[in-house]
Amino acid sequence: MAKVEQEHELFTAGHRACGGCGPALAARLLLKATGKNVIIAASTGCMEVFSTPYPETAWGVPWIHSLFENVAAVASGIEASLKKQGRSEKVVCIAGDGATFDIGVLCISGAFERGHDITYVCYDNEAYMNTGIQRSGATPYGASTTTTPTGACAPGGNPLPKKDMPAILAAHGAPYVATASIAYPNDFVKKVRRAINTPGPCYIQVHTPCCTGWGFESGETLAMAKLAIETGLWVNYEMVNGTVEKAKKVRRKPVEEYLSRQKRFRHLFRPARQDDEIAKIQAIADANAERFGIDIKVKEPAE
Amino acid sequence: MMEIMEGSRAVAEIVKRCRPQVISAYPITPQTHIVEALAQMVADCELDAEYITVESEFSALSACLGASAAGSRVYSATTSQGLALMFEVCFNVAGMRQPIVMTIANRSLGAPLSIWNDQQDSISLRDSGWLQFYAEDNQEIADLHMIAYRVCEDHDVLLPAFVCFDGFILSHTYEPVDLPSQEEVDAYLPAFTPYHRLDAEAPLSMGMYATPEYYMEFRYEVDRAMHRAKETFIRAGREFGEQFGRDYSAFVEGYRLDDADVALVAMGSICGTAKDAIDEMRDAGKKVGLLKIRTFRPFPGPEIAEALKSVSTVAVLDKNISLGSGGAVGTEVKAALYGSGAAVYDYIIALGGRDVRKRDIAAVVDLAEKGKGDLFYGLRTEVL
Amino acid sequence: MALGVGCSAPPGRALENKTGAWRVFKPVFDPETCNRCGTCAQVCPEGCIHETEEGTFEPDLDYCKGCGICEEVCPKESIRMEKEEK
Repeated sequence: MAKVEQEHELFTAGHRACGGCGPALAARLLLKATGKNVIIAASTGCMEVFSTPYPETAWGVPWIHSLFENVAAVASGIEASLKKQGRSEKVVCIAGDGATFDIGVLCISGAFERGHDITYVCYDNEAYMNTGIQRSGATPYGASTTTTPTGACAPGGNPLPKKDMPAILAAHGAPYVATASIAYPNDFVKKVRRAINTPGPCYIQVHTPCCTGWGFESGETLAMAKLAIETGLWVNYEMVNGTVEKAKKVRRKPVEEYLSRQKRFRHLFRPARQDDEIAKIQAIADANAERFGIDIKVKEPAE
Repeated sequence: MMEIMEGSRAVAEIVKRCRPQVISAYPITPQTHIVEALAQMVADCELDAEYITVESEFSALSACLGASAAGSRVYSATTSQGLALMFEVCFNVAGMRQPIVMTIANRSLGAPLSIWNDQQDSISLRDSGWLQFYAEDNQEIADLHMIAYRVCEDHDVLLPAFVCFDGFILSHTYEPVDLPSQEEVDAYLPAFTPYHRLDAEAPLSMGMYATPEYYMEFRYEVDRAMHRAKETFIRAGREFGEQFGRDYSAFVEGYRLDDADVALVAMGSICGTAKDAIDEMRDAGKKVGLLKIRTFRPFPGPEIAEALKSVSTVAVLDKNISLGSGGAVGTEVKAALYGSGAAVYDYIIALGGRDVRKRDIAAVVDLAEKGKGDLFYGLRTEVL
Repeated sequence: MALGVGCSAPPGRALENKTGAWRVFKPVFDPETCNRCGTCAQVCPEGCIHETEEGTFEPDLDYCKGCGICEEVCPKESIRMEKEEK
């Protein structure tokens, strides 16, 4: 029985992702949202490598990989080609945060400015995981990576803030921009469906914790994604024509509950606790909460 | 119908008649007249194509790759720095076996910055898996585009092609060109039938990655396709001749070579100058001829050896330099003639748009006859 | 041409790779306490947890890598990871 059901999965088992891989779950959910009438364009990265070592592809829909940084341009060409042929497939890019925030920005900017009818999904695991956990423009402030290691002269890890990619794409005039998290699968699926059914270039950035790169147990992937939301370090929101319409509200927890469970932030607690650094990260969460209005207000007790 | 027109116009007119469905290009001198003309044709409803105005050459070829993989006939044009920016995509397109045709208006590469002609750009991509055709004049550049689509899209080949002509020297020069009608082109070049395509009805993963167990075999397949392209080119060139009266079945063409003692070897517009110089040298009693190379990839080594078998001295004119080695054409001609007994000399000439006159050709022949070669020809004296 | 042109392949071939061999811990599902919510199946990165005819769930051990996400998300604590003896 189990094997028969496997055939209904458009993103199949047998891929070589680490156990507990957040991006692998994102790929599954993505295809649940798109169904079969889609063409996927993938950038080089963890997901591409773990899902398509020749000839063992995990993709049950048309899929193409060209290079690391050109997925949005490849998708532009696919979309133009389909348009010319009068075909109906939706064109969806799937790319990691390095491909999206850093090396692919030129192609993404061009594709969004030209207004191609594509949906670009960035699976954000906050560093270059395929090459061994190097810092990207999506790496959060304070995280230790192999290129922002901690040391006597750098006790804090990554000294730079996470780039605000959704705002950059909204500024291109994207009609629909959203953030999502694999901790909320139905929400992610709903947002993908909205994006592919919105004409024009749409962007979804889905938070996909990486147990190997962040340093937590493989079973905790969703728990970690949920904590990011609950601390305000990741905000799930939708922007329609540049305006934030919906942001998930939470009763916020201190960021420490999230940070202390990951090896990439271990230096903030050991050997000595760095209260000033933890406070800076708490300030990032506070600013997010202020900007997106995510705090659930506790009712003032009646006088 | 024979018309006097600019080389770039001739390219645009013939590309239009080849009916590309998607065009993606980025403006760069001296390629611009081609893509401007095509954009105007699309605007005027003369050409039913999607024209993608990309933000870089890198994206131009990437978009062409996506469009081709989705099953459309595509076209692009570039040169020099633009082609250099496409380097990574070029290897990718060939490895993914997409039959993209791209015009190269040959131009030098910086530094120093130069917009003028040599062939360094396309020759530097000789290992990328693209077929490379070089035109002597504007008739040939127009004709080679039709042949390129036929060869590239053949399911025995499935490789992309650079169709090269010298920037400014041909791209901006007016010559008489006999352009076939749309009906005639349609009769020669059928609609594009992709070998496979991105299609929800028949899912396929394209551009997967290869482990060491498979990588070499994929490179081998591209190399085999390159070799099969020879047969396809011969057939397409012969059929072109049957239909249009201009036969292109030869990878190399000799000019007054039969009894020659000295043979010049060259690619592109310099062949025209060389022919005039040879006529004058012949009038003066020198037995000089020319071997023009039309297809640099696949490289016609055996054909060159056969054509030059009775020649004692060979002078290769190289509009490129593999720095630290020599001219790329000369290096390969030497390899093709290895063991033949001919003395083969290489001359780096006309880099960065330096003009080549008939007397320069004659001077090169003199040098070769004296056994002086493997040098830069015509350098300013202050560097010597 | 024996290989897929341009390094291409049709779907389904990943299933040849039985990733269950990677497993150290295996999930043991208790159908008695299962509330049939299906969260485990929805969030499995392998997509290898399936509904049984009774409406409860079971893993396909050919592919289960033993990550433990299902155990973590189960609201009824009816999945537990056990060290696997091989």
